[in-house]
Amino acid sequence: MSVELVVFVLAAAACLAGAVGVVLSTNPVHAALSLVGTLFGVAVLFVAQAANFLAVVQVIVYAGAIVVLFLFVIMLLGVDRVDDLRIEPLVGQRVAAGVVSLGILGLLYAALESTGYEATGVVGTVDDRVPDVNRLGESLFTTYLFAFEITSVLLVIAVVGAVLLARRGRRAEIVDPGQEERAEEVAELMAAAEERAGGNGHAYEVDGALVGEPAEPEGEPAEEVRS
Amino acid sequence: MTVALEVTPAWYLVLAALIFSIGTFGLLIRRNPLVMFMCVELMLNAVTLTFVTFSRMLQDTNGQSIVVFVLVVAAAEVVVGLAIIVALLRKRPDATADDAALLEG
Repeated sequence: MSVELVVFVLAAAACLAGAVGVVLSTNPVHAALSLVGTLFGVAVLFVAQAANFLAVVQVIVYAGAIVVLFLFVIMLLGVDRVDDLRIEPLVGQRVAAGVVSLGILGLLYAALESTGYEATGVVGTVDDRVPDVNRLGESLFTTYLFAFEITSVLLVIAVVGAVLLARRGRRAEIVDPGQEERAEEVAELMAAAEERAGGNGHAYEVDGALVGEPAEPEGEPAEEVRS
Repeated sequence: MTVALEVTPAWYLVLAALIFSIGTFGLLIRRNPLVMFMCVELMLNAVTLTFVTFSRMLQDTNGQSIVVFVLVVAAAEVVVGLAIIVALLRKRPDATADDAALLEG
């Protein structure tokens, strides 16, 4: 048995077990941890195919950032409740999903068979003595330089979008306590003014305008969020 | 073992096809938006594995560059997607993919 065979079998087992785990685990936390198994298996397969840099990036970005982000969201929102997979809300959905995914698998397999597992295309001339990082860097910063720069714009847009979407709820929460405080202040002022005026209608009118203010913040943040 | 089993690129391609179909199946049957998202990540990983395999078969590094772009796009997609899921689950903690209409307006 060659080393590559052992590596492939182990990594493939990790990949498939992780993939099945993601689909079948009832707890989202377990699904995220199964996803790490698949990602590590794919990283090992990258190394086996001499893509060392991509393997490192795979572990750092996927396992280190993306899965942690998933776990962070799960824990932050406390949605790690157990899904009941026995419930099938849409009758026949499972069967249809199985048919579709098996159909995709069959199509992919047919496509591979029809080409005889040979890649059709222009065979490049890779010098194996040059490390893959150097080759990748040269490819990224010459052939794909423009696309590479565009990805920075994409990331900026993603960050802005995430901040905008995630701020929504929090803004309403922050606004509310301040308004409660102000409402209390207004109530105190009103009580003091009423005491001073002692039945004088003039002062009461001013307070009426003030009293109206704390009443409307209830609806105001919701409107702000919507716009 | 008498038969010398050699790992050909075809093995990697078949494995990637398997992971992709499992990801599709999960995306179609699961209703938790977070788990559906993880299934999309599975599918993306299967595709990157295919790209790296073809890159080796063709002796061409440009295939690996595409994988870098897939990684970047996946990261951006996860950030925005999770923000949307956070907004959805804040409105209703037990929301499924069917409740995405709650975010309307």
